[in-house]
Amino acid sequence: MSKKFLMGNEAIALGAIHAGVNLVAGYPGTPSTEILESAAKFNDGSIYVEWSVNEKAALEVAAGASYAGARTLVTMKQVGLNVASDPLMSLAYIGIEGGMVIAVADDPGPISSQTEQDTRHFAQFAKLPVFDPSSPDEAYSMIRLAFEYSEKYKTPVIFRPTTRVCHGCASIETDEESAKKNIPAGFAKNTLRWVVFPKTSYLNHIKLEQRYPVLSDDFSSLSCNSLEGAGEKAIACGGVSYSYVKEALCALNENPTLLKITTPYPFPEKKALEMLCRCKEVLVLEELDPVIERELIYLCGKHGLSVTVHGKLDGFAPPAGEGSADSACSAISSYLSINAPVRTERPVPPMLPIRPPVLCAGCPHRASFYAVKQAMKGKKAVFSGDIGCYTLGNAMPLDMVDTCLCMGADVTIAQGLHRIEPDTVNFSFIGDSTFFASGITGVINAVYNQTDIILIVLDNSTTAMTGHQPHPGTGKTMMGNYSEKISIEALLDAIGVSSVEVVNPLDLVSSVDAVKRAADTAGVRAIIFRRPCIAVSKSSSASVINTDKCKNCKKCIKEIGCPAIVASDGTVRIEASLCFGCGLCSQICPFEAIEKGGE
Amino acid sequence: MADILLCGIGGQGTVLASKLLAFAAMEQSKNVRTSETIGMAQRGGCVVSHVRIAEQIDSPLIPFGCADVIIAFEPAEAVRNLHYLKPGGAVIVNNKAIPPVTASLSGSAYNAEEMLNYLQLCCDRLVIADGDELCTKCGSPKALNIILLALAAKAGALAIDRAELENAINKRIPEKFRQMNLNAVSLAFE
Repeated sequence: MSKKFLMGNEAIALGAIHAGVNLVAGYPGTPSTEILESAAKFNDGSIYVEWSVNEKAALEVAAGASYAGARTLVTMKQVGLNVASDPLMSLAYIGIEGGMVIAVADDPGPISSQTEQDTRHFAQFAKLPVFDPSSPDEAYSMIRLAFEYSEKYKTPVIFRPTTRVCHGCASIETDEESAKKNIPAGFAKNTLRWVVFPKTSYLNHIKLEQRYPVLSDDFSSLSCNSLEGAGEKAIACGGVSYSYVKEALCALNENPTLLKITTPYPFPEKKALEMLCRCKEVLVLEELDPVIERELIYLCGKHGLSVTVHGKLDGFAPPAGEGSADSACSAISSYLSINAPVRTERPVPPMLPIRPPVLCAGCPHRASFYAVKQAMKGKKAVFSGDIGCYTLGNAMPLDMVDTCLCMGADVTIAQGLHRIEPDTVNFSFIGDSTFFASGITGVINAVYNQTDIILIVLDNSTTAMTGHQPHPGTGKTMMGNYSEKISIEALLDAIGVSSVEVVNPLDLVSSVDAVKRAADTAGVRAIIFRRPCIAVSKSSSASVINTDKCKNCKKCIKEIGCPAIVASDGTVRIEASLCFGCGLCSQICPFEAIEKGGE
Repeated sequence: MADILLCGIGGQGTVLASKLLAFAAMEQSKNVRTSETIGMAQRGGCVVSHVRIAEQIDSPLIPFGCADVIIAFEPAEAVRNLHYLKPGGAVIVNNKAIPPVTASLSGSAYNAEEMLNYLQLCCDRLVIADGDELCTKCGSPKALNIILLALAAKAGALAIDRAELENAINKRIPEKFRQMNLNAVSLAFE
């Protein structure tokens, strides 16, 4: 045993390694990314770790390995599971041989996501067991339990931490001594077992339904589904909400009946009934959807219990957003009719500046967006964007993202828009990692169906938003070696895109010309704006404003909104600590007053 | 035990500061939990790190009105997070304002003085640091996080003293930055 200070995601990776994981595959997505990165970091060379091209690929790679008896871990964020849902639904019927844990990180808030979807529903939908850890420490020990259950029932198991568990750090007692090694037995052919087919699916469906009550009973005996405290007014919670409730109860000095649900599916009915039979009211505190709340209401109906269940459905708890000890404290004090702790009253603060996230100073995306904007000035054009740092191209003054839906959708949304408004020039902006993850099929669709779009690939040679993971275009792998880089231009050419140009976006004149050339032709045209992300390249020295030449027109500020250019005391200056020396502003200044920093 | 809230703008070094604090606490065999802002919000947005040092810690986030100290890398961010401060808690604040891009665009640059006056009105234990000047003396703008941590230790607001902070720097900071950070501690304690 030893004590380590670990991030929740590191704890999950280490727990999986101590559980004998043989293969880890995933796709980056906040807040899940560091699980796979940590698995690679802690890897002694005996584990295969890969960033797959997307979540579907990751899940399928892991499924194959688990068929052959390997213990596998798959990592993704909640919306990634939508991409992997096709293999997931079928795999629930087929099952696995070696233990398989699918770590899907939910993001209440949402802090860094498109939706507040709740993976506990996905577990119910796919009929797969789900574990919901309440802290980084619990995540470490629970991932072993998840592997054990996966093998006990020969089923994939979903492991569902939330942002505060993933990105919280704690001093954790780790247990290297009892670490397991798993030696896969190899794939045993058996078409009845491994080939999904209507007739076997009918039989497998029956097995899944029969498994529910067995697992529900089994889960009721788990110590992580617990009942504590006393009294007729109970509280139920799960996941990180348990930590918030415990903190609130400590502040309120109360000790009511408290049910903690760690396995929301199959629901531990016996354990929950124990609570329902001893109380008259329950307050359910959980983030995202009212999953535990509905299960309790269902149980009351099923067993004819007259217990009032409060929560999201009756407006007792907020329907959306992140929970906290503070929101738990006010809900509990009103529920128990006790006084909440008094807060210090302070005078009304002055107006605070708003700080929306922006593209970094020197970000090549800013230059790419600006070039397209300049080239299309006065023309009817729609700009479809996608998921990544470049979604931030929506901010003023660039205002260059008209739509954003999900990974890869820019390419296909642009096609739909164009079918209805053929006189509009339709641009689709996609990052390099997103292009490989789910953009390619959209381009094939465009070429095959003879539409008219301009594809802009923003190639910054990394997966920037999630913290610079490699992808097929970088050639670097998580096993520390290099594979042949996959060329985006060669791919587009092979698909049959009519013109493909590669331009450095920091060369403004060439970039604007390239966009104009593309706009003057028809078909599926592509421009690849290639320039590495500032976080993976070396900066030039900061650009400087020559105050003799500067006429204070502020064009540099109004046109590109770079965070390094600030107006203060009536003059414009460049904040040297932020400037990357990209030189975009010096190409915009009408008075040639900005000197680009040297390489 | 101590609840320490660090706040600032993405890129100012709050995460490293919270990691160092956690390490220093672990060296004293204390339990620690931290929680940070990671992801899209980091890109020039407000960032907050919660560091909780205690025997028993439940919530990963400090509840409102419970922070023993707020270490603010920017005046407006201190004001924004003041509801976390417990009565009688300390605030260590860097005096340099970082205007957001929106302020430059609209021409409505905000006034740091106004924020500092408000803090003076609300807090009995307020330390205003001239971060720029202290960093210049240390020879690096990257010294800001250690300077602010050391000022908090000097104010007796951390569960960690000067020697423990220096020990953490010696053990955790790469050699080429070590002396610069030790100088930052000395400067703060002058």
